[in-house]
Amino acid sequence: MRVTVTINGQRRSDEIEDRLLLVHYLREVAQLTGTHVGCETSLCGACTVLINGKAVKSCTVLAAQAEGVEITTVEGLVKDGHLHPVQEGFWEEHGLQCGFCTPGMLMLTTDLLSRNPDPSEAEIRHALDGNLCRCTGYQHIINAVQYAARKMRETRKSA
Amino acid sequence: MFPASFQYHRAASVKDALGMLQQFGDDAKLLSGGHSLLPMMKLRLAQPTHLVDIAGVAELSGVREEGGKIVIGGATIHDNVASNQIVRNKLGLLAEVASAIGDIQVRNRGTIGGSLAHSDPAADYPAGVLALEGEIKLESSSGSRVVKAQDFFVDLLTTAIKPGEILTGVSFTPHPARTGFAYLKHRQPASGFAIVGIAAMVTLDAKGNCERVRVGVTGLGAKAFRPAAVESALAGKKPDTGAIGTAAAHAADGIDPLSDIHASADFRSELARVYTRRAIQQAIARIKT
Repeated sequence: MRVTVTINGQRRSDEIEDRLLLVHYLREVAQLTGTHVGCETSLCGACTVLINGKAVKSCTVLAAQAEGVEITTVEGLVKDGHLHPVQEGFWEEHGLQCGFCTPGMLMLTTDLLSRNPDPSEAEIRHALDGNLCRCTGYQHIINAVQYAARKMRETRKSA
Repeated sequence: MFPASFQYHRAASVKDALGMLQQFGDDAKLLSGGHSLLPMMKLRLAQPTHLVDIAGVAELSGVREEGGKIVIGGATIHDNVASNQIVRNKLGLLAEVASAIGDIQVRNRGTIGGSLAHSDPAADYPAGVLALEGEIKLESSSGSRVVKAQDFFVDLLTTAIKPGEILTGVSFTPHPARTGFAYLKHRQPASGFAIVGIAAMVTLDAKGNCERVRVGVTGLGAKAFRPAAVESALAGKKPDTGAIGTAAAHAADGIDPLSDIHASADFRSELARVYTRRAIQQAIARIKT
């Protein structure tokens, strides 16, 4: 079957097998390997991408179900060579060690901050519920999200 | 981990989907958010050869008010139920249950119709829909019928839906005056599924006695249920700590509790009793008088 989607602003159309999962479509067909395959059972969140701005676990979505949507992957966060504030937050606050969970964390954080630009620590912890990290103990990830939220609020104010 | 081969079909309308269900018969499964079905297919617990995708059917999605009822389309995602203003203002228990499901990513994909039709013994929605006495609308090519939540859940992963039927929506009566509610669950930390989840709704009469108590229990048995003995023990009574405790002690009566690596049967039963007591107390504490 044929699927047509927009990934990080670029429209593409591919012939795929009906059962192809979105995460494999992104990695193997679109060659965007920033999205990671983790548990494959919609628990760990490593494969999180945005569909029309909303965070989803792409291991539990068929590529066929993405027909006509706009997908944002971690590769789509950088704008004009500058890190997205969420990426900058993880960089500055050491929100990662091995980095495996990071693309999912970044995409989930992007969804969270679009809904709630000033989340409390409790709200951040609740939002990160579906993303597992085996290294950081989460505290630096929380700090990174707070950094990103602060930076995005400041940017909006000065704009 | 990928599912066995199948043919994917996109339905444009309910009529279109019903036609495909008729054409493919037992080999077909409806797909909406896919957050129950796709995991089952990856594990080969389900192996349909045709998937009929109804997620894009506009008439199946959204919240509307209709003749004093609130109707939620079957393909409405959890996040849209949890954040909908009508639901939040008039059907707070359902909003609370929807926002307790899984995590953000799951709530962005999973649908109310999918959750109810799947009838996972640990799913959150069934408890809420039971306590709210929701009415589930099923459509087939020969017409439509309405099944009360009480009669909808039949057994483990089994509902009253017949082959060729689509769960098109669920309707609810808005909360009456002097009503409070709570959904409390002991969650499985990785999946967010309920080890035990209790939805409680209490309406008091003008004197402050219980006019109506409704409780939905999920996670404890093979299917979600209403513990009749809890509800009737409080009917007409003043809901003081003693009465609530006595009533909640019946939460697991007559149920054959599930037992797995997460929680033994005894622990689950105890959780059901404790969380029922807490949920009823919290529901009453939230009543605005």
